[in-house]
Amino acid sequence: MLITVRFFASYADNLGLRDTELALADGASVSDLLSSVARLPGASALPRNPLVAVNQVYAAPETRLRPGDEVALIPPVAGG
Amino acid sequence: MRASVVTRPLDLGALVREVADARSGATALFVGTVRSTNDGREVRAIEYTAYEAMAEREMSTVLVEAEQRNTGVVLVAEHRIGLLEVGDASIAIAAAHEHRGPALDALRYAIDEIKTRAPIWKREMYADGSESWVDPARSEAT
Repeated sequence: MLITVRFFASYADNLGLRDTELALADGASVSDLLSSVARLPGASALPRNPLVAVNQVYAAPETRLRPGDEVALIPPVAGG
Repeated sequence: MRASVVTRPLDLGALVREVADARSGATALFVGTVRSTNDGREVRAIEYTAYEAMAEREMSTVLVEAEQRNTGVVLVAEHRIGLLEVGDASIAIAAAHEHRGPALDALRYAIDEIKTRAPIWKREMYADGSESWVDPARSEAT
C-alpha cells in the first residue's frame, strides 16, 4: 500500500523533503513506516522514535496503517 | 469555541468581542508575543510554521477540554504563522464566563496545552544573522 508521509520544520530541512510516498506491506504499522523513513537520505539526523500523527491525530508506534492514510512526523513543537 | 491558524496580524479586540456577551462578567485575554531575547541571544524575528489542519484540530480539542473543565466558559484561540517581528502577537486566546475564576482557569489550561500539543514550530532568526529551530525541551524557558 502507498502511504503519504509529511515532514515539517527541522525534519523537512534534514531530509530536504516536505512529503513523500512510501510503499509498505499491507498491515504495516507506524513503527514499520518509521523503519522505511530511517532509510531516506538525511534521516540519520532524525530521532529514532519521533512523534507521529496519522490522519492528523497523534498515534502510537503499534498503530496499523491503512491505504490512503496521511502520516506526519512531528518535530518537537514550539507554538505559542 | 473556535480555534484558527491565521497568516494575518491578530485582532485582540475582535477576539474579546467574539466571546464576551451580556452574561459574562469576566473576559480574560492571553497574548503571546515575540520577545527580543531567548536563551541569552538577541532575536530579530521568528518564522512560525504549522501543520495547519492538525494544529487547528488539536487547538480545537484543547478548547473543548477547557470548556468541559470549566462549565459555561466560551473560548476562542488564534495562532499566527509566517514571519513575525519582535513585539508581534503570535497567539491570542480569549475566555469569557460569568465569573473570573473559570475564565482564568480555562485560559491557563488552553495556553499550556496548546503550547505542548499543537504542531507548530518556530525558527528564530538572531541579530547575528544565524537561525535555529526552537526545541523547548532544550531551552531554558519557552
